[in-house]
Amino acid sequence: MKLRATTEGRLTQFALIAIALAFLGFFLLLPLVAVFSEALKQGAGAFIAAIETPDAWAAIKLTLMIAAISVPLNVVFGIAASWAITKFSFPGKSLLITLIDLPFSVSPVVSGLIFVLLFGANGLFGAWLQAHDLKIIFAVPGIVLATVFITFPFVARELIPLMMEQGKDDEEAALSLGANGWQTFWHVTLPNIRWGLLYGVLLCNARAMGEFGAVSVVSGHIRGETNTMPLHVEILYNEYDFVGAFAVASLLACLALVTLVAKSVLEWRFDLHSGASH
Amino acid sequence: MNRRAFASATLAFGLVLGPVLAGCSGKSANPNAIELTNVSYDPTRELYQAINPAFAAYWKQKTGKDVTFRMSHGGSGKQSRAIIDGLEADVATLALAYDIDAIAQKGKLLPADWQKALPDNSAPYTSTIVFLVRQGNPKGIKDWADLVKPGVQVITPNPKTSGGARWNFLAAWAYGKKAGGSDAAAEAYVRKLFANVPVLDSGARGATTTFVERGIGDVLISWENEAFLAEKELGKGKFQIVAPSISILAEPPVAVVSANAKKHGTTEVADAYLRYLYTPEAQTAIAHNFYRPRDPKVAEQFKSQFPDIPMVTVDKEFGGWGKAQKTFFDDGGVFDRIYTKK
Repeated sequence: MKLRATTEGRLTQFALIAIALAFLGFFLLLPLVAVFSEALKQGAGAFIAAIETPDAWAAIKLTLMIAAISVPLNVVFGIAASWAITKFSFPGKSLLITLIDLPFSVSPVVSGLIFVLLFGANGLFGAWLQAHDLKIIFAVPGIVLATVFITFPFVARELIPLMMEQGKDDEEAALSLGANGWQTFWHVTLPNIRWGLLYGVLLCNARAMGEFGAVSVVSGHIRGETNTMPLHVEILYNEYDFVGAFAVASLLACLALVTLVAKSVLEWRFDLHSGASH
Repeated sequence: MNRRAFASATLAFGLVLGPVLAGCSGKSANPNAIELTNVSYDPTRELYQAINPAFAAYWKQKTGKDVTFRMSHGGSGKQSRAIIDGLEADVATLALAYDIDAIAQKGKLLPADWQKALPDNSAPYTSTIVFLVRQGNPKGIKDWADLVKPGVQVITPNPKTSGGARWNFLAAWAYGKKAGGSDAAAEAYVRKLFANVPVLDSGARGATTTFVERGIGDVLISWENEAFLAEKELGKGKFQIVAPSISILAEPPVAVVSANAKKHGTTEVADAYLRYLYTPEAQTAIAHNFYRPRDPKVAEQFKSQFPDIPMVTVDKEFGGWGKAQKTFFDDGGVFDRIYTKK
């Protein structure tokens, strides 16, 4: 007999699959095709010319740099937070878990405004920053801060359930055999969480590159300087440069696709790995 | 095996990001170049794209120094807010005087009498408010009265964030007052007008995109320059301009944000840049971009380009921007009253 998870009739199965595929096609595939076809509407030459402008280059570089700064920071934070939450018990632990979710539940615009209120010229630290000639808001540091804030749940959220499930038996065994803290982390904990960690990094990276709302609030929109790729897409669109806008948008989409493929590969390996170890 | 795979994945990630970081840290800066940050409102993108290189050439010839520009565009009110919050503009080139007044009052970044620093109320060009309709004018829109007819969809941005929208609002008010003879009649007219507005964009450019690209609405109340841009360049043969019987003289002002310029050591070049806007070369570029030039000779040359419209001024009709802002657009003002009680 064939293995069947449920007992729906064939018609129900067919309908469910059709609905899922139709949604996918309409809301994902169609827009994706539209982005690429719009970008290539006037040929590959126009596409390349749009990406080669100095402002577009600056936006691409800035976006990659923001990701390169915020992702490692969030890896350190994510490991520290999930370690603390799963291996120790301390007062305020559930509060910490709730707070980690905050960036998910707050609108990105609010996340951006938080930093304007803190570091803006009339903000809490504004006068001090001005006196020392430090620029945070409307400069790269502000964009990094906003991005770190927006993306910090990704790694921690990925690791906490994993580490929770694994418990602390392995670490206790290592310690009782004479390993020190670092050795335990490198040789026991890290190998256990590596796939989950990498998965979290990818999600974090995708959001860091794609964030619009919070970054828009703190950017100041200075061309060639504080415009990230998503902001640059909006600018080009508003300048009626549709080929340019969709060219940069399709680059962003490509970055997302690369991330997606990497994610699928990792998931497959992760399954293989956990299947083998149990 | 798995550890090795992990190590190589990490390595690959590092290999991708390492050069990127290195590439970004070495910012190519010309030590002799002066950087000037111009924070402007939405529709001036094309204008300053034309003027900036011309000024750079002029300044190079005059002083031997290079000047490069950092441009930022957005809704006028939003840009003013950003400068107050610390966006370090050397010059502010916004849609209306009130937004620069706000920088003087709330940010204390330039003197309160900034408008006296340059000729013509510190406004190197003027513009006005006109209608843009679809080709053939299918709804037969000729004047303000046609905008409040049932079934006419009007596109205008949000006066809370957009400078252009505030000019639109005041132009509509001026018509309502002239037609009805009282403030009450004007309010009733504007209330009916906004009942016909399906969507409020945050900036003038957003409203144009809504009308031109997304095809929403029967008439766009718009900056004259923005309307010309749409009519002549975006959708040739798809739109036409309708000049109303009465409109408002818009004077978008420019000012050196003196506190920032002093800090950056750019006071001299910032002042020269704004004065350059009054030269015949810049005035011609201004006219080419469909703004009405101040220079009488250039104005004469481009006379046929602009429709002849009777215009009221903010100072005479509304007692200046400070008063107009307070009466109409501040929280609890006329706009809040008519738009929430829709």
